[in-house]
Amino acid sequence: MESWLDFEKPLLELEKKIKDLKALADAGHPDILHEVEKLERFAEKKRRETYEKLTRWERVQLARHPLRPYTNDYIKMIASWFCELHGDRLFAEDKAIVGGLATIGDYRVVVIGQQKGRDTKENLARNFGMPHPEGYRKALRLFRLAAKFDKPVVTLVDTPGAFPGIGAEERGQAEAIARNLFEMARLPVPILVIVIGEGGSGGALGIGVGDVVLMMEYAIYSVISPEGCAAILWGDRSKAQQAAEALKLTAPDLLQLGVIDGIVPEPTGGAHRDPKTAAENLKRSIIENLGHLTRTPIETLLERRLEKYSRMGVYKE
Amino acid sequence: MSWFRRIERGLKGSIKREMPDGLWRKCDGCGEIVYERVIQRNYWTCNKCGHHFMISARDYITMLVDEDTFEESDANLTSVDPLEFKDSKRYPDRLKAAIKKTALREAILTGKGEIGGHPSVLGALDFRFLGGSMASVVGEKVARATRRALEENRFLVLISSSGGARMQEGILSLMQMAKTSAWLARFSEAGGLYISILTHPTTGGVTASFAMLGDIVIAEPGALIGFAGPRVIEQTINQELPPGFQRSEFLLDHGMLDMVVSRPQIKKTLVGIFDFFSEKRRPAEEARKPAVLKTPPHIEVKADKDKLPPKA
Ligand SMILES: [Zn+2]
Repeated sequence: MESWLDFEKPLLELEKKIKDLKALADAGHPDILHEVEKLERFAEKKRRETYEKLTRWERVQLARHPLRPYTNDYIKMIASWFCELHGDRLFAEDKAIVGGLATIGDYRVVVIGQQKGRDTKENLARNFGMPHPEGYRKALRLFRLAAKFDKPVVTLVDTPGAFPGIGAEERGQAEAIARNLFEMARLPVPILVIVIGEGGSGGALGIGVGDVVLMMEYAIYSVISPEGCAAILWGDRSKAQQAAEALKLTAPDLLQLGVIDGIVPEPTGGAHRDPKTAAENLKRSIIENLGHLTRTPIETLLERRLEKYSRMGVYKE
Repeated sequence: MSWFRRIERGLKGSIKREMPDGLWRKCDGCGEIVYERVIQRNYWTCNKCGHHFMISARDYITMLVDEDTFEESDANLTSVDPLEFKDSKRYPDRLKAAIKKTALREAILTGKGEIGGHPSVLGALDFRFLGGSMASVVGEKVARATRRALEENRFLVLISSSGGARMQEGILSLMQMAKTSAWLARFSEAGGLYISILTHPTTGGVTASFAMLGDIVIAEPGALIGFAGPRVIEQTINQELPPGFQRSEFLLDHGMLDMVVSRPQIKKTLVGIFDFFSEKRRPAEEARKPAVLKTPPHIEVKADKDKLPPKA
């Protein structure tokens, strides 16, 4: 149970109870079926209540859920073929970003995404999904490969942020991200971006500029982590809850602010409760959007891409 | 020089005057007491140690443009509070306080001017205004400045000094990175020349977007330049940072800058580069003439027959 969040636990206990009762009924006590049905209705009501009024902080926790599907999990579920490509050809291979060639439905695409680790060992290798400049430069290499062979790009965003470290700074973390923003803005193939978990600031945006930007229902996307924001503005990291509220970082928030184009629905309780359904929804959304994007002339897409980002921001004149 | 008096005006209230009458000032670099007039004449650098004092956006631009050629653009753009953001203070109150303190409307000043006779568009961040942070207004003004440079065939110069994102504008602040980069990419595609000047300090989203995207990137000496701030890095890796880490000279050594130029030399450097690239900006008629191939003077045209390979 330690992987589960506090607000998930009562629901899980309820579900376990239902499962146990069902087993009992199957084992020759059909009289309690009525009881099971009643409990199931109650559980459904409870689930709806819990997930309809999630606070932003609870959504942050869902986006970071240790059981949430990551990039590689989705690739496995949505691609009929995948060939991973490695390295930036400049310095190193960064396992915090995975990328390669994939077939999704009838589309052949270049897919790139940040990858978190599932356990301590994998997290060390993947640096908790926090890329170094090499990761962004590998992504750039693959963007260019996609452009050369006229393949659409699909990126899956899931990172706490770009790594703040000595090597990362020495090798130009800022330049690597800036370069990707610059190149993605004019990349002559369609780009579809989906924030699948955590959209952590510039580290997320570094593979996040596209024609269509979507978020999974319980993903978050923010200029700074709630903890970081709390530390700076409240002078207290433990005020992260308030910071999360103030930052307006949920999928519905971003849709309202005009920053994203749509929301990919997740199963009740979040993608980790039913990864298969989450992946099906994601796949359907990718195929639908690639359909529109690949039918649009690239000149039109590039013009619209520039217009899309020109509109971002609110000010008074 | 016309920028002389303006500098004096622009700095009032921003830098603590430790000496009476503001005639003398203690240098943050060497600790010496230096004569204010001398610093000013030295383009706001210390005449003893070369320390670069922080100056306002207007003073910086005035220092670069030819006298009386600067014309401000989009001065009426001001910030609103799209997130209704509140921490210990409301965002509109923070804005009001910043406006009152600096007499600026936002953290950036943009406009047109000539630099050594070259038509240019300039933009300078002002660190005094909420740390030069990336508000929607900042992104919009950089984007418009870039578009203007593109449409009017001007050179683009952006001077950065920023603590990074404007957290109170949340995700909209982040999106300014994409917006400014997209316009710079469009400008670059059209053959525009953009020179980025980094001053102390330039970190976060500004560095990770327009500041690092110059065709040529110049930094002032000793400026702190990076993606993450040194304190965040120290806390993350739990390790002391190497001396000079994230300073201009460190970035130059690591291949992240074209050059480190002290403030008194920056205009001269810009003009030199602009002169160099102006060849292709000659009038259209001239540009259409076929290029005349000239033999470089140091090559003898009459080939030395002895050195030619023997005929088969
Ligand atoms: Zn000094």
